[in-house]
Amino acid sequence: MKNNFTREHLLYLRKKTIRKTLVHVAQIGVLLLLLGLWELAARLGWIDSFITSSPSRIWNTLVELIGNGTLWHHMGVSTAETLAGFAIGTAIGYTVAVILWWNAFLKDVFEPYVVVLNSLPKIALGPIIIIWAGTGTASIITMAVLISVVITTITILNGFIETDKEKALLLRSLGANRLQIFTKLVAPANVPTLMATLKINVGMAWIGSIMGEYLVSKEGLGYLLVYGSQVFRLDLVMTCTVVLCALAGVMYALVAILEKIVIKRY
Amino acid sequence: MKILELKDVSKVFYSKTQETDAVSHLTFDVNEGEFVAIIGPSGCGKTTILSLVCGLIAPTSGQVCLAPNSHVGYMLQRDQLFEWRTIEKNVQLGLEIMRKLTPENKQYADSLLKKYGLWEFRKHHPSELSGGMRQRAALIRTLATNPDLLLLDEPFSALDFQTRLEVCDDVYAIIRSEKKTALLVTHDISEAISLADRIVVLTARPATVLAIHEPKLNASSPLKRRESPDFSQQFELLHKYLHGENR
Repeated sequence: MKNNFTREHLLYLRKKTIRKTLVHVAQIGVLLLLLGLWELAARLGWIDSFITSSPSRIWNTLVELIGNGTLWHHMGVSTAETLAGFAIGTAIGYTVAVILWWNAFLKDVFEPYVVVLNSLPKIALGPIIIIWAGTGTASIITMAVLISVVITTITILNGFIETDKEKALLLRSLGANRLQIFTKLVAPANVPTLMATLKINVGMAWIGSIMGEYLVSKEGLGYLLVYGSQVFRLDLVMTCTVVLCALAGVMYALVAILEKIVIKRY
Repeated sequence: MKILELKDVSKVFYSKTQETDAVSHLTFDVNEGEFVAIIGPSGCGKTTILSLVCGLIAPTSGQVCLAPNSHVGYMLQRDQLFEWRTIEKNVQLGLEIMRKLTPENKQYADSLLKKYGLWEFRKHHPSELSGGMRQRAALIRTLATNPDLLLLDEPFSALDFQTRLEVCDDVYAIIRSEKKTALLVTHDISEAISLADRIVVLTARPATVLAIHEPKLNASSPLKRRESPDFSQQFELLHKYLHGENR
C-alpha cells in the first residue's frame, strides 16, 4: 500500500509482527506441551488413563463417534438448543429493556425484581421447569433462555440509560417523540452494547443448554457427558468436553466477527 | 417585529431538599434579524432560559411568547453529531425528526453544505472532521430545518481559543448571510461584544436582567470588532456590571 515508510518505521512494524507471531507460537506451544505431557503421563503410567483419559484415547473416541454418526447428532441437538435459547433470551431481554427504558415508572417498579432474578441461581429453578415444561427440549431451551435473559436486560437497559443526555436534549429540541429518540439515538448508540451482550450470551446459552441436558435430556452433548460419567467412560466425557470447547469457541468467534463488521462506525 | 418576548418569567426547580430559583422575573425581547447575547456569571441559569424558549420546560410563572408559526433551532455546547451517521445524514437529522425530509428541503440542506464548504465531506463521518468543521456541520444541521430563531448555548466553549475565534467568525458570517435571528448564551464577555447587537446582562442566580447593553461597534466581523478601539472599553463596562454585582 504505502512504501514510503522510513527505515525506523519498518523496523518498528517488523518488531510488532514478530511479537504477534511469537504470541501465536507460544499459544500453540502451550497446548501441545500440555497434550504431550498428558499423553506421556498416561503412557508411562504416571496417571491412570482410565480416570484421566489421554489425548490419543480422546482422538480415537472422536473418530469412533464421528464414524457411527452419533457425534453429529448430539452436536446438532445441543447447538440447536443453544441457538434457540440464545436467540429467544436475547430477544426477550432486549424487549424488556426497551419497555423498562420507555417507562421510568415500570423501571422503578421492576428494578428489585430484576436484581433478585439476576442473583438467583437459575439451576434452582430446574425442578420447576421440568414440571412445567416437561422432560424434553422445551425445558432445555427454557433453561438457556432463563440464564441469558436477565443479564441481557440489565446490560442493555444500562446502555440505554447511559446514552448521552445532551444528544437526547438535541432531539427533544427538534420536537422528537420517545419513539424517535429510541430509533434515531438510543438504539443505534447501543449497537456496541448489544454486541457485547451477544458475546456474553453465547456463554450463557451454552451453560443453560448443557445444564438443561443434565437435568432432562435423552440426547445432546450434555446428555452424552452425564451418560459417559455414569458408565465411567472418561474418554467419552473428555471428548464431549473438547467438542463443547470447540463449538463454544466457534460460536464466540462468529459473534466477534459480526461485531467487527457492525461496529466499525462506533 | 418581535420574534421572541419573555414577560416576567420565573422558573423554580424542586429537589428533595430544596427549591432553587433559577430564573426570576425575567423580561426581555428579541427582534427579527437581531443578534442578542445573554451573559451572566457561571451557573446563573442561562441554559434554563434557552430551555424555556425552546419549550423543553415550562415557566413556573410568566410568559414566553414566540411569534406565531415560528420555530426555534437549538445549538448545544458540543456539536452532538451522531458518529454512526455521515455528515449528510447528520445534517438531515432535524428534517427527519420533523418529518419534513422532502426533496426541496434535502436540496436546501445540500445547498448549505455546498455553500459552507462541507460538500466534499458529506459522506464522511464526524470523527474524520476537525472541531471547527464539526461545529459548522452542527450549525448547518440547525439551519436545515429553517428555524426563525437560533438558540446558541455557548457553542464555542468546547473549542480551543484559536479555533474558537475562527469558528466564531465563521458562524457569525453564516448566520448573517442566512439572515437569521440569534439568541446566544455565553459567560464570555468578549464573545458577546464581538457577536451581538444587544447584550442582556444577567445577575447571579436567580437570574434577572441587570442591564441591556448595545455595543454599537461598526465592524463587519467578530474578529474586526475585537480589534476595534472601543472594544476594551466595552469589555470593562460589562465586566464591571458582572463583577460589581457579585460583590
